[in-house]
Amino acid sequence: MEIVEKIINGDRRAAAKLITLVENNFSQAQEILKKLYNYTGKALVIGLTGPPGSGKSTVTDKITKILRGQGKTVGIIAIDPTSPFTGGALLGDRIRMQDLSLDKGVFIRSMSTRGHLGGLSQATQATVKILDALGKDIIFIETVGVGQSEVDIVKVADTVVLISMPGMGDDVQIIKAGIMEIGDIFVINKADKEGCERLATEIGMMLDLNQNKKWHPPVLKTIATDNVGIKKLLEEIDRHISYLKESGELEQRRRESAKKEIFDLIQEQWKETLSTFIDNGFLNKIVTKIVNREEDPYTAVEKLSNVLVHSYTQGGVKND
Amino acid sequence: MFDKEEMKKIKQLKNEWENNVVQKTLKRFPERKDKFVTGSGKKVERLYTPVDLEESDHNKDLNFPGQYPYTRGVQPTMYRGRFWTMRQYAGFGTAEESNKRYKYLLNQGQTGLSVAFDLPTQIGYDSDHTMSLGEVGKVGVAIDSLKDMEMLFDGISLDKVSTSMTINAPAPVLLAMYIAVAEKQGVAPDKLKGTIQNDVLKEYIARGTYIFPPAPSMRLITNIFEFCFKEMPLWNTISISGYHIREAGATAVQEVAFTLADGIAYVDAAIKIGLKVDDFAPRLSFFFNAHNDLLEEVAKFRAARRLWAKIMKERFGAKNEKSLMLRFHTQTAGCTLTAQQADNNIARVTIQALAAVLGGTQSLHTNSRDEALALPAEDSVRIALRTQQLLAYESGVTETVDPLAGSYYVETLTNEIEKQALEYIEKIDKIGGVTQAIEKGFIQQEIQNSAYQYQKDIEESKRIVVGVNKFKIKEGSPKGLLKVNPEVGRRQVEELKKLKEERDNHKVKENLKLLEKTAKTDANLMPLILDCVKSYATLGEICDILRSIFGEYKESVKL
Amino acid sequence: MEGKKIRILIAKPGLDGHDRGAKVVARALRDAGMEVIYTGLRQTPEQIVETAIQEDVDVIGLSILSGAHTHLFPKVMELLKENDIKDIIVMGGGVIPEEDIPELKKAGIAEIFTPGTDTRDIIKFIKEKVR
Ligand code: B12
Ligand SMILES: Nc1nc2c(ncn2[C@@H]2O[C@H](COP(=O)(O)OP(=O)(O)OP(=O)(O)O)[C@@H](O)[C@H]2O)c(=O)[nH]1
Ligand SMILES: [Mg+2]
Repeated sequence: MEIVEKIINGDRRAAAKLITLVENNFSQAQEILKKLYNYTGKALVIGLTGPPGSGKSTVTDKITKILRGQGKTVGIIAIDPTSPFTGGALLGDRIRMQDLSLDKGVFIRSMSTRGHLGGLSQATQATVKILDALGKDIIFIETVGVGQSEVDIVKVADTVVLISMPGMGDDVQIIKAGIMEIGDIFVINKADKEGCERLATEIGMMLDLNQNKKWHPPVLKTIATDNVGIKKLLEEIDRHISYLKESGELEQRRRESAKKEIFDLIQEQWKETLSTFIDNGFLNKIVTKIVNREEDPYTAVEKLSNVLVHSYTQGGVKND
Repeated sequence: MFDKEEMKKIKQLKNEWENNVVQKTLKRFPERKDKFVTGSGKKVERLYTPVDLEESDHNKDLNFPGQYPYTRGVQPTMYRGRFWTMRQYAGFGTAEESNKRYKYLLNQGQTGLSVAFDLPTQIGYDSDHTMSLGEVGKVGVAIDSLKDMEMLFDGISLDKVSTSMTINAPAPVLLAMYIAVAEKQGVAPDKLKGTIQNDVLKEYIARGTYIFPPAPSMRLITNIFEFCFKEMPLWNTISISGYHIREAGATAVQEVAFTLADGIAYVDAAIKIGLKVDDFAPRLSFFFNAHNDLLEEVAKFRAARRLWAKIMKERFGAKNEKSLMLRFHTQTAGCTLTAQQADNNIARVTIQALAAVLGGTQSLHTNSRDEALALPAEDSVRIALRTQQLLAYESGVTETVDPLAGSYYVETLTNEIEKQALEYIEKIDKIGGVTQAIEKGFIQQEIQNSAYQYQKDIEESKRIVVGVNKFKIKEGSPKGLLKVNPEVGRRQVEELKKLKEERDNHKVKENLKLLEKTAKTDANLMPLILDCVKSYATLGEICDILRSIFGEYKESVKL
Repeated sequence: MEGKKIRILIAKPGLDGHDRGAKVVARALRDAGMEVIYTGLRQTPEQIVETAIQEDVDVIGLSILSGAHTHLFPKVMELLKENDIKDIIVMGGGVIPEEDIPELKKAGIAEIFTPGTDTRDIIKFIKEKVR
């Protein structure tokens, strides 16, 4: 298996091409991923999430430079939204990481969500494995700027860093509403701006309400553009990882991650199977029946599910 | 501006006209389009009447030329006293070649100089820097040290011409070089006339030749304000530029709004370091674009003048009349000029230059017909200069002051542009000022949206560009374009090597050390930079020192 | 999962700060359903090629309006060759004198788009080339 060999030997092009294959044609990629799986599991996965423009990319850039100084290799997956209208995307996170582009110890991949909800792209988990196999010690995932439901990162990352900034106005509500629970480390970036103290207090108060956990998320202040507080952030990430290992939570998290991947993959495969039905005009017939009141939709779906399960276990859907 | 009774009557007559006369005509003869818009996409009505100016007050809103709020111009007699300065932006290749072009232009009746530097110079790299490869002398003159600057102004008396220099991030270095050249000619700094662009905020927004982050950049800018207040009373210490903002795609309103917002940030910064507003504000100058829509552009200039006067008076409490006056340079809109049927550009530039003159500009650059093809060839730039001379001497529009005042349409547009620009400024204030709005990418994104809309309008033929999407012809290759000598880069590098062998390197080192030390304090850096350039330290050496202490700016793009 | 999406890197090599055109083109391509990676100003040819590798793009679009294309465009082609990359289409745009175009095409640039270009022509070109 040439491509797997290439990747574990550090071939960046081969890795990049496999990521593309994962994005475009999963069933083909799957065969390679199966073989690659043996070479994964070493990397630590750090998620960075937070409102648009809070400094996720800048923090990633600075923290990577420190890690490189320590001799560690880094993979970065930067995710931006796909336009629901055109299917296209503008991927601009790299602008903040220009200095890293020539460092052979760093691999950056920009991705768009391609309609996937939850703040990640469908290909994210496979990409983590590819970068892991490529030999990256630490893998950062920068999610799309969070709204309220983009919390999938918690199921994929070992440590989740939630980056906010002062002066967000209503966005604070968003943080309160949905994503407070997912942060293992809270960063208030742009501490050079007014309102930093107030935000720190607010976040601190919210965390106090959540005291039942063993890990008490620290609240840090950074000025990413000036490299202030980044070392401390790295130390806290280290501390969290040690905590995960010692408490056994790391294994717990990795189980969650595996579960999520299984669910995602199964859903995807069923979707594909279903669309084959649609393509074959099978569905059309059922629709006609429903519209003509010859059958109710509930019975139809029951029957359809049976057929799907049956034909799936028989290996693929046959024409009606 | 009309009494109540008369206004009522006009309203009634206008209604009748619309309902009877217009409706009848429309039935027989529909209009060309459903919606009429200005060049910036503002809705245009069929007719403007006194009704549109119901709220206007002649004495308050217009007043007289040379009087607050300066809507009608900053001087009482305008072009009856003196024409605007005719100033063509020029520079390419070596200092020697550019010097020749300046002399040619002065011989042809140009009345001021305007220096275009190459990109390495504008970004603080010497010609031998790796990033300079392939860029030296390509789009402006290459200046590495005082030696080049001496050559650039060789045989040009700096007490006779006024010089404008488009230099921003390394502005203190080039200003220092200019002072040093003048000194060698025996001309003292307080005799020097001209302008240094020195406007880094718009580099972040639209022009791209930034070096340092905002805070140290603001420091260098205000260092120049302070230095010039003491040493160079005739010098314009900044040219707050809307030109590039417009060229990046902004609308007329955005141009005014973002430029004046930048202006506010500079005034704030200067006050913050302890300068008194009436000490530095009289030397602030501006730079605007003259785009295609003649009347909208005239209104824009008038609106900008009025709005700035109010800002200076009300927001900053300026007392000196000169602090309230918005004086500006204008350049015609390069982005409207086409590669297709390039001679058509002469007509475009004429209309745009007319707008600048009707808008009361203090100086003017007219673009050349080969704008979209290459740097201007000599005969193209001559036609461009002649266009100005023609407007000045033949068109007649210079014989009275602010001739379009009182036009219902122009006055309405003036009011609208002022109002909408102010709304933008208030929005930026809310975000926390221009620097924040830039960092958030707000301003850039507003401009990008307009630029994209502009392009789409052309492609959908909603906006006609003669020769591009209508009235097309088959054309041969353009001829007689200017080509920069490809040897420039090599020659500059050789000269640089020679310089470093010949100069007193010990002195250079000492001066640079002192600069480094002082840059860490908050003292004014101008005197030290002056010492550095006089000892022939290079631009790159000086900027490297500053880079090592100030850090470098990373662009902020919101796509 | 979903089918193939065209990925393109829009890059500004050298010191040139003219980005209006590059950004307009980037948006037009996004609106045509492509994934567009924009890396900002002042990129070296080395950075551009390395980015293209990691992002596995189908196309590199170079934009220069400041006359440095004769040096920088061929440099990008050279580096691609050094990395043994043959499957990335490279195209260019900006103020490029007609007389320079044959030389650039000889260096391997697939097409050059000059001022006045309709972005729909660019989209058409890419869709035809990337299969
Ligand atoms: C707008 C403009 C500016 C703006 C730029 C704003 C911005 N943020 O982009 C401002 C005012 C800041 C500016 C400044 C300068 N400019 Co200027 N500018 C222009 C101008 C008038 C129009 C360019 C433009 O944006 N057109 C609109 C866009 C949509 O079109 P476009 O960029 O051509 O893009 C189209 C095609 O070229 C193509 N395309 C472009 N890129 C790409 C990429 C890909 C992948 C593809 C497929 C297609 C493609 O498709 C686009 C859509 O049609 C041109 C002259 C002209 N009319 O072309 C001069 C011009 C480019 N500038 C010039 C110069 C010299 C400068 C300066 C260097 C001057 C100086 N010495 O300081 C400065 C410095 C700028 C810098 N930092 O690099 C010269 C360059 C000369 C040369 N190459 O020989 C020109 C040609 C004018 C001239 N004749 O002197 N400029
Ligand atoms: N003043 C200040 N600005 C910062 C700081 N960190 C980042 N910025 C600026 O904030 C802007 C956004 O930073 P990014 O790193 O792109 O933010 P992001 O969260 O990755 O943004 P998206 O990916 O668009 O959601 C940029 O202009 C940065 O320069 C900081 O600590 N202080
Ligand atoms: Mg980002």
